[in-house]
Amino acid sequence: MALDKNGIAKRIAQELQDRWYVNLGIGIPTLVANHIPEEISVDFQSENGILGMGPFPFEGEEDADLINAGKQTITAVPGAVYFDSATSFAMIRGQHVQLTVLGAMEVSENGDIANWKIPGKMVKGMGGAMDLVASADNIIVAMMHTNKRGESKLLKQCSLPLTGVGCVKKIVTNLAVLDVTKEGFKLIERAPGVSVEEIKKATEGKLIIEGDIPEMNI
Amino acid sequence: MINKVVASAEEACKEIQSGMTIMLGGFGLCGIPENCISELVKLKVNNLTCISNNAGVDDFGLGFLLQHRQIKKMVSSYVGENDEFERQMLSGELEVDLIPQGSLAERCRAAGAGIPAFYTPAGYGTEVGEGKEVRVFDGKPHILEEALTADYAIVKAWKGDKTGNLIFKGTARNFNPAMAMAGEITIAEVEELVEPGELDPNQIHIPGIFIQKIFKGHSYEKRIEQRTTRKKD
Repeated sequence: MALDKNGIAKRIAQELQDRWYVNLGIGIPTLVANHIPEEISVDFQSENGILGMGPFPFEGEEDADLINAGKQTITAVPGAVYFDSATSFAMIRGQHVQLTVLGAMEVSENGDIANWKIPGKMVKGMGGAMDLVASADNIIVAMMHTNKRGESKLLKQCSLPLTGVGCVKKIVTNLAVLDVTKEGFKLIERAPGVSVEEIKKATEGKLIIEGDIPEMNI
Repeated sequence: MINKVVASAEEACKEIQSGMTIMLGGFGLCGIPENCISELVKLKVNNLTCISNNAGVDDFGLGFLLQHRQIKKMVSSYVGENDEFERQMLSGELEVDLIPQGSLAERCRAAGAGIPAFYTPAGYGTEVGEGKEVRVFDGKPHILEEALTADYAIVKAWKGDKTGNLIFKGTARNFNPAMAMAGEITIAEVEELVEPGELDPNQIHIPGIFIQKIFKGHSYEKRIEQRTTRKKD
């Protein structure tokens, strides 16, 4: 069965390593924080200016001066630190943040990503996405494999305006885990009960299948 | 110490004129200069170019200035959550320049630091990079981004002293320090205004040298844009 959003987040959480600083985008990526293995410690960076972001506050304890990049009220964990936007993006551009997880509308087989603009529709802006994808060493895209019309989001070439070029390293969808390699999308794992055929059908870009593809262990 | 205190938002903003470029600190509605925004509405100045990460919501923050059609151009990284903004943008009344958030912050910081331009990888290969000089460093292409200046920068801090030293609270710091450095004239509004010496020099976030006018703001609403909570077990 294809994964739901929480399933995608849970699988991505397995990619996190001890002592990593991690930036989570809005949407599915935010859910990753709920599935961190107990044996590792990671710190979450939110680009509006906090390292050591904690869970949502208890009702009645919201602080207007403490939000994340999605403008949601949050808390800070012990050891947290606040800083200004220029310092925040120094952390990001300077590759001090080990992993960025973000959503996408399209990813191409060479790792281009489009996630900020649909021509003809209201353009809200790229926020910090272009800085994040241009700089992060390790970028995982969390998204559904196909769009609402059933069309593949893993393409030969992105059709939408790009956010960054050649930057995505790994994709976790409701159907599969894929690495972005020089040769194309390399299938690493299948969602439980999802066949290689189904993944092939849902992938427009070049898909590399080597040997038996294991199911995700989640 | 040099005394930068003015009595009110009215006195701080009285020389702001139509057509000026103004930077405003804040991220979403967090850390925005509420008092000065209200004052700009009262002043009825228009044709403003506003440099601010976001554009407020319909009835708060920069949304007030949009309602009164005082903004000619917005320079921002993200402008969702505002219907009036969308209407003015789609009808062509409002010019919008979208900039990657890190480049926006660094372009402000650079202006304040005397750096006219810098190279960044953000936006290379996208429409943001179109027409900009490209240079490869360490095998990676970068684009040239220029410093952003403004006639006025208006920032909001938690505490300040009479000489303009500022301390921010939580994530309300965001764009305020970089913009404070970039303004030709920088106005700081603070929740608490104290005598020089009352703030620990070790704890000050922005030195007063970047501030020209400071006043104690009042009636902060500090509206929350997305109230997210969890239940106690």
